[in-house]
Amino acid sequence: MTPKSDRRFGMAVDMVACVGCSACVIACRDENDVPEGHSRRWVMEVVRGRFPELTAEVWSDCCQHCDNPPCVTSCPTGASHVHKATGTTQVHKEMCTGCKACVASCPYGARYIHPKGYIDKCTLCVHRLERGDNTACEAVCPTSAIVVGDLDDPNSEISRVIRTRRFKQQKLDAGTKPRFFLLQ
Amino acid sequence: MTNSGLSRRSFLQIAGATGLGASLTGTIPSDLQRLLGGIHDDGRPADEVVPTVCEICFWKCGIRVHKRDGQAIKIEGNPEHPLSRGRLCPRGTGALGTLYDPDRLRVPLIREGERGQERFREASWEEALDRVAEGFKRVAEKYGPESIAMLYHGAGGSFFKTLLKGMGSANIAAPSYSQCRGPREVGFELTFGEGIGSPEPLDIANSKLLVLIGSHLGENMHNTQVQDFAEGLSKGMRLIVVDPRFSTAAGKAAHWLPIKPGTDIALLLGWINIIIQEEWYDHAFVARHTLGLEQLAAAVAQYTPEAVFVETGITPEQIRTTAREIALAAPHALIHPGRHVTWYGNDAQRSRAIAILNALLGNWGRRGGFYLTSKSELKGLATLPDFPEHAEPADRKDGEHLFAGSTLASGLREATLTGEPYPIKAWLVYGSNLPYVLPDPRKTYQAIQKLDFMVAIDILPAEICGWADVVLPECTYLERYDDLIVPWHREPFIALRQPVVEPLADSKPGWWMAKELAKRLGLERYFPWEEPREMIVTRLRSSGYSEEQIEGLFTKGTIKTEADPLYMLPDEDYEWGTPSGKIELYSQQLADYGFDPVPVYRRPAQPGEGEFRLLFGRAPVHTFGRTTNNARLLQQFPENEVWVNRRVAADMELRSGDRVMIRNQDGAETGPIKVKATERIRHDCVYMVHGFGHETKKLRRAHRNGGNDALLITKYEVDPLMGGTGMNVNFVTLEKVEV
Repeated sequence: MTPKSDRRFGMAVDMVACVGCSACVIACRDENDVPEGHSRRWVMEVVRGRFPELTAEVWSDCCQHCDNPPCVTSCPTGASHVHKATGTTQVHKEMCTGCKACVASCPYGARYIHPKGYIDKCTLCVHRLERGDNTACEAVCPTSAIVVGDLDDPNSEISRVIRTRRFKQQKLDAGTKPRFFLLQ
Repeated sequence: MTNSGLSRRSFLQIAGATGLGASLTGTIPSDLQRLLGGIHDDGRPADEVVPTVCEICFWKCGIRVHKRDGQAIKIEGNPEHPLSRGRLCPRGTGALGTLYDPDRLRVPLIREGERGQERFREASWEEALDRVAEGFKRVAEKYGPESIAMLYHGAGGSFFKTLLKGMGSANIAAPSYSQCRGPREVGFELTFGEGIGSPEPLDIANSKLLVLIGSHLGENMHNTQVQDFAEGLSKGMRLIVVDPRFSTAAGKAAHWLPIKPGTDIALLLGWINIIIQEEWYDHAFVARHTLGLEQLAAAVAQYTPEAVFVETGITPEQIRTTAREIALAAPHALIHPGRHVTWYGNDAQRSRAIAILNALLGNWGRRGGFYLTSKSELKGLATLPDFPEHAEPADRKDGEHLFAGSTLASGLREATLTGEPYPIKAWLVYGSNLPYVLPDPRKTYQAIQKLDFMVAIDILPAEICGWADVVLPECTYLERYDDLIVPWHREPFIALRQPVVEPLADSKPGWWMAKELAKRLGLERYFPWEEPREMIVTRLRSSGYSEEQIEGLFTKGTIKTEADPLYMLPDEDYEWGTPSGKIELYSQQLADYGFDPVPVYRRPAQPGEGEFRLLFGRAPVHTFGRTTNNARLLQQFPENEVWVNRRVAADMELRSGDRVMIRNQDGAETGPIKVKATERIRHDCVYMVHGFGHETKKLRRAHRNGGNDALLITKYEVDPLMGGTGMNVNFVTLEKVEV
């Protein structure tokens, strides 16, 4: 098991509000200097049914910052780790050999190989969380669809929406215990 | 001005100290600095954060631009600004891709080849400006100053408008009226006595029900409105979407009505009929504020749900159900007036039908309906002399398009082509890529060939530049001052556009060009200031704003003033701007001029066998052609696709990802463009995002990337009321190509 962290930061995305505009993806790119051709987050749009009986779901997706992160347990060097202060999964890039074990183990496709050779992914803007800010994606979102916060704090906004809203989570059968919630 | 203590430098220092700089100091642990390699997250704070106003689209959100080492590194929404509230759309966020676009115009250009060949030589500003002044002088001497026309888009056009008016020409037009929202303004002016304006005063955040008619909120990312839309949805607002395409918004709707294109008026009159028949309209509001209910009732009686079904394809049951839901939610229900509404040439009447339906719901000045706007006071410059007398604009002949409330860009093109009512012989084109903005690009090029002189002012070498005699490279909105921005809004405010970084290469701000041209034309008196900052501060001081407020404008980006009440009281009297002083459900003035006093549905022509009606719209990541060369935005939306109904595509042996050429009824074509075979569109139309498939090679990423609907819009229907150009009247066929 992964070490216990001081806090458990997670993310909720409100599919009622989200219009899939990608502002979050672009803000993330500038905030985190994500190289061209790669992305730490992405927009999903799923339409089901036959004309004219259609339903749609749209959301902004990223690393699920799992409670049981396979990327951490599969990492042979310890580069993939759980950040103690926030409980987010992170990569020590100087310790990463680019072996891709974590990429293979992640059921969410959240990781990519940085052109400089290490594995990169969503950090949940831990540098901003550390100074008390929200993430770049949450900050920019025109529909206020993204909520980031400490799931262990019952007074946090994310705890409130998880208590009060219907939600679903992705690939629960993978046993990853994701901390990413899609509000319905 | 220089003695006022309001130097830009000191403001920027204040901005740096009170902005991000302070919040970052010493707060990042060193292990995190090592861990993360980002722009802000390497432990180095931004040098400064400059508040200004975006213009990646016309919405003009307040932004805060982070800078380091003289470079802009990140753009975010300004929390102080009522239009962004700290949040921002993808285009504004990714605008650094436009600021640092390697294809930007860098130096003035003078044409060497034929018009359209894009052969230029580089010139000094001195020579280029002399050439422009000479061009205008010669035309003014030979044909009169009214023969000089300006076609423009964007806030930066204001300085050139002053120049044109100073020369004595009123031929100033923005295609955003006659090619976009003009019919909506006229439909509402005829009904309520006032137009909608921008940003639209829609209280969507508090609506219980919203109807979108062809409006794809969420794909058009007008920031504040999308924020309100999401807030409304989160609070349980019911949504009805009328669109031949299952838009993103349709995916959130309780009812998606996939209407047959061109039949919206039938549906609107059908709804009006039910709401009157069933007495679901707001009796008190209608009695107090409107005129003509009986005539309206009689005129719409023929539009039964069964009759409307035949035209629209929307079942009688759906029509009844949605009419009831709309009425039940009133007055907190809103029929969105749309924005780009130049579709079929009957658009002012369709907008009037929307206005009438809203009036029956009694939602004007009501929570969840149309709120009442206010505007911050701002005086002009007292020292500005009057403009000379001028001829009436040449955009329409006597008695034509009587209800147009603004000069028609398409009308000025027509006058240029025909010489009627009088010749137009010079164009100043500012920030508008006319061949893809005005319908039928061939006509635009023919008109240009009639000109003695043309200057294009732009930031990118758009197609229009290739036809100019002189091209003046403007710096972007992130590199310049513009005039103050003072919109009508729920929270009135004044916003400042100020430069964040130095202009690229030899590009210059529009105000500087206009002033330099004014010197050469003997019109300096219309620019009685040295620097725009001086003009801005003078206006603010003369309008009574305090030094503290003025400083706040430079450091925080806005001055906010008190709002008038947003909503009317139930028994409040209201002065409607119509001839009768009431909301005109029946319009006597339309009847007097021989038009339908109540909108009438007329069946539009339908595509033939194997043909599709061409529809176009927006993607959230792009502002049409303005951003389709922006590498940052292209990463998110690299090319447009043509949406084809999946079953129709299967019959044609087309699959998603196949490439096709699209050809219209006049033999115009575009492509190859990727097919998107989808359940999300009707069988009788195809759809594509506008702004792709540029023809010029100077826009290297946009060149021939995707398909260009503008090339296929060779046919258009002119709105008899106001001259708008309906563009959804072209029929196309698809032909698969091997690439």
